[in-house]
Amino acid sequence: MGTFYTTLKYTAVTIWSMFVIAPFLWALSTSFKDFNSVTSGATYIPWVDFEPTLEGWRVLLRSPAQGGVNIVEPYLNSIFVTCLASFISILLGTLAAYALSRYTFKAGFIKNDDITFFFISQRIMPPVVLAIPFFIMLGKLGLLDTLLGLVMVYVVLLMPIAVWIMVDFFNKVPVEIDETALIDGCNPIQAFFKVVLPNSIPGMVVAGLFCMIFGWTDFFFAFILTFTEVQLLPVAIVSLNSSITPWWSLSAAALVSVAPLIVVAFIVERYLSKGNLSGALK
Amino acid sequence: MTLIASNLTTKGKEEFFLNDISFEMSPGKIYTIIGRTLSGKTTLLKTIAGLIAQDSGTLSFNGNNFDVIPVWKRQVAMVYQQFINYPHLNVYDNIAFPLKQRKVDLAEIKDRVKQAIEQVGLEGFEERKIQALSGGQQQRVALARSLVKNANILLLDEPLVNLDYKLREQLREEFKKIFSSKASEEAILIYSTTDPIEAMQLGGEVIVMDEGKILQQGSAKEIYENPRSTKVAEITNDPAMNLFDGEINGKKITLNNEVILNIPKHFKDLPDGKYSFGIRASGVTLDKSGFPFQIELAEISGSETFLHLNNDQIHVVGLLDAVKNFDIGETVKVSFDIEKLYAFGSDGILMSSPYSGIK
Repeated sequence: MGTFYTTLKYTAVTIWSMFVIAPFLWALSTSFKDFNSVTSGATYIPWVDFEPTLEGWRVLLRSPAQGGVNIVEPYLNSIFVTCLASFISILLGTLAAYALSRYTFKAGFIKNDDITFFFISQRIMPPVVLAIPFFIMLGKLGLLDTLLGLVMVYVVLLMPIAVWIMVDFFNKVPVEIDETALIDGCNPIQAFFKVVLPNSIPGMVVAGLFCMIFGWTDFFFAFILTFTEVQLLPVAIVSLNSSITPWWSLSAAALVSVAPLIVVAFIVERYLSKGNLSGALK
Repeated sequence: MTLIASNLTTKGKEEFFLNDISFEMSPGKIYTIIGRTLSGKTTLLKTIAGLIAQDSGTLSFNGNNFDVIPVWKRQVAMVYQQFINYPHLNVYDNIAFPLKQRKVDLAEIKDRVKQAIEQVGLEGFEERKIQALSGGQQQRVALARSLVKNANILLLDEPLVNLDYKLREQLREEFKKIFSSKASEEAILIYSTTDPIEAMQLGGEVIVMDEGKILQQGSAKEIYENPRSTKVAEITNDPAMNLFDGEINGKKITLNNEVILNIPKHFKDLPDGKYSFGIRASGVTLDKSGFPFQIELAEISGSETFLHLNNDQIHVVGLLDAVKNFDIGETVKVSFDIEKLYAFGSDGILMSSPYSGIK
């Protein structure tokens, strides 16, 4: 019986792994193909099924004048906007979430849960509803087509995610930890920074990861709020498309764009399992 | 160094968490607060710590108004029923935390932490992560952290309730030793519990609470011997004291048509009339010449058996000083040790006890 379940388990894991890895391998293979290799039916193994070429990758570094789409600047722009917006969102979101978790706010019928819902309700609305107000506001502030303008918009979009995740996380942290810190001589601010925050790293990492994913993959606002001065990676990738879809360079761009998220996921993975609260309240 | 509470009251939406609580506590003593769940014990401890502000009433310590001092400046320490520690710190740093927070000299911190670790028997665990400790060890860390401060008031909120039976027994003994040395160091120790055995074993002064009110305060012996009311008798006995209605008529106590007892000497001054009578399980025993009762449940506890018995609406718990199996519904003969009977008035107030006659 034990062997049967072990076999079943490993089979399931293998199938799932193939399901996850196969698209990456397919994209990797396609990125080294050219027009003929892509259109001549399904081919898999380089040098055996098709002759590999770096053309798909070279397009990403060539300037538009040379027939390419230089993604280096949009790439750096995306890193800057996503990282800064995620950092600010986590910072403000964590503070807001702690207040919503620990203190009672009441204004008429509006209470803590309603405020938390107001934060997340922005993500429920279709993005197009927000596009026009954002456009008008950034225009009035002179921040259209600027990195700072994009950071501001992304903070508005990402902070609800941080608040939502962190409120849930803080609700699970026993309030007795805060109280013990107060009894042990911390004032409320010290209790937050010396005790609550160090024990909230797993929650912040999860929230940060989600913020980065949503920020990094956003196309809509990056497209609406920028024109000629600033371009983010998703917009640059779309501009690769032409009358003939260049699957080879699109695959290369897809791999390049997903790479930072994979790197971040590997880096933060250890924090997700570390520092759990089992020792705080058994 | 006296802690004085005057008319502390804290009200929720409908119920009172604390209802006109007043007491005076002196250093060098253990005060055990006993009460059921939601009786206000934790609220009272948190109010003393400064974590909850009372709606009305005052707290003073050492002659000074305690209410104006924020939590972090009060010389109090608290151990919770949950094992509350700082998970991101190891055992040493957990215990040293309150001292570092007060910027105590590093060499002194080392000495005091070492001493506290020895007191709770955690030598060799200094570098361990909290998550790597068992529940009992985690609670020892929490206790060491509260001891290391040398606080004037040490609050222990049901510290043993989440431990298994064996560990609870062991730690209770160790706590008693630690507390007696701590109490002699001029600290006020306040220990809350729901367990009557724990309250009696710790000795000291016992405060009985229910629905936010203090029902009785006195030595453990005094409360055991003369519970002021039926509620106190229920709260401070395990199993709860048997209570049943009956009538004194001349020289007899009539509980129902079948169970009629002789009147004990200490009831001699009670006028005829209706009363609530109380007797502990130890006063109800199997006896071939006793009254017939049906067994509703037989619970084996250690080397004893508790028998839940019924005779025409009289439900009592009796004690058999042996381990024996009984069938549910089986009829046994039971006698009442009348010298151990209590009498309470219709308002539930103690009228007569085996220890002091009419109160």
